[in-house]
Amino acid sequence: MALGLETKKSELKPLSTNKAVAEAAKDSNVDVVAAYPITPQTTVVERLAELIGEGELDAEIIHVESEHSALSAVIGASAMGARTFTATSSQGLALMHEILHIASGLRLPIVMSVATRALSAPISIFNDHSDIMNQRDTGWIIIFTSSAQETYDTIIQAYKIAENSNVLLPVMVAYDGYVMSHTIEPVEVLGKKVAEEYIPKKVSWNRLDPDRPITIGTITSPDYYYEFKYAQAKALESSLQHILEADSEFKKKYGRGYGAVEGYMMEDAEIAVLGTSSYFSNLKYAVDELRKKGVKAGAIKLRVYRPFPREQLYELIKGLRALGVIDRSISYGMTPSGPIALDLMSTYRYKNIPPIQSFVAGIGQRRMLIEDFVRIYEILERRASSNSINEETLFYGVKGIDL
Amino acid sequence: MKELKSWKDYPLGGAVYDPGSTLDIDVSGWRNERPQIDQEKCIRCRICWVFCPDAAIIEEEKTYTTKTGKTFKLTYSIDYAHCKGCGICANECPVKAIKMIPEVE
Repeated sequence: MALGLETKKSELKPLSTNKAVAEAAKDSNVDVVAAYPITPQTTVVERLAELIGEGELDAEIIHVESEHSALSAVIGASAMGARTFTATSSQGLALMHEILHIASGLRLPIVMSVATRALSAPISIFNDHSDIMNQRDTGWIIIFTSSAQETYDTIIQAYKIAENSNVLLPVMVAYDGYVMSHTIEPVEVLGKKVAEEYIPKKVSWNRLDPDRPITIGTITSPDYYYEFKYAQAKALESSLQHILEADSEFKKKYGRGYGAVEGYMMEDAEIAVLGTSSYFSNLKYAVDELRKKGVKAGAIKLRVYRPFPREQLYELIKGLRALGVIDRSISYGMTPSGPIALDLMSTYRYKNIPPIQSFVAGIGQRRMLIEDFVRIYEILERRASSNSINEETLFYGVKGIDL
Repeated sequence: MKELKSWKDYPLGGAVYDPGSTLDIDVSGWRNERPQIDQEKCIRCRICWVFCPDAAIIEEEKTYTTKTGKTFKLTYSIDYAHCKGCGICANECPVKAIKMIPEVE
């Protein structure tokens, strides 16, 4: 820990990202936790139950029979003014789908961690982003994290963002299942002081109070519904500035900040590849390899996914000769088939942008080594040089397909 | 709600601060058929009042005397601003005293 920061006496602990998430929920001093265990998120719930059992965290833990109920329970608790937390993955997140819209529609500041995992069928307990990408239009703020430390910090930031009276939206913090959820890294934990210093409790949202009765979740006629949904869309769009403010304040207090996007060796990069979560770390290693060979490569991390950091990302990509985008989920029946590539191609349609090559990789946690990321850069370079980049997605690593 | 001119003025997340706001919403346009109570046939059993899903049957302490000389202390009528025309009252009425009349002939 660097000297001269406002805060000292923090502690370094060896934590998997799941354990870091539980630690962050504890340090955020949450009041109510309701979660249903699912691989690879399970140890988040286990650890939280332990922390409550050991008296480290004074919170109610509601044991529920499904993720649908888990989110419903935290919605109820949040509507009573409680600071709430839940965690899920894969099928669990899919089962929450209906309730995700209700949480955002009611404008409740719920924070949820998602250990990203593939969807059935066939069953895969391993990582990809099919689960989270299916939820991108649910009106939640979605932030991808790339390390246990960043995940710990982001959960805490998520309360700052969600409970901001200018935001009042639920937040998902997503990180790679297994690759991160079960990998132990050194994490500097801030302890419970963070709840007082950075995220003091104040109910800024609609609260059910018998002394001041209100009704929430009513039916709304065609005369009024549209305005509520527009307000929600605007709130999500304008939340970006509050996400960045929360990050700046966190950096000022605790020395770590992450921004909405991050670039690696982007100053003079000619080609770059964009990835999320743990892929960014691997891309950085690949960039180092390529730089040794004289290739001016860079790597981009998309951290804030919804709201989409349009301007911030544009600053990184505008001068490139070619950009590769790696998606870990498939938008079936669409070209390009990668959701993030699709986002970029549409959001920058009227801007001057480099050719964008969509890649899909790592489906069901198909192994991606540093050399595979190097190979992706090489394919991008080859296609950029031969002017053969088009909207077709390249499915990297599928048996029977040579790129 | 009617007086709100912009989305910016709408309450957060669709919350309703004033109880009973449904009373201000006229749903008469939802109706294809309108129930009509025949006060002569009605036996004041209250079944329509119980079954109406929108509480659109009005029960009043108003005396009514039939042509055959029978006097009732209560009179039932329809709240046409809140009746959606579902026809449950007519269906449940044990003496067929409620008719559903098409709104458009």
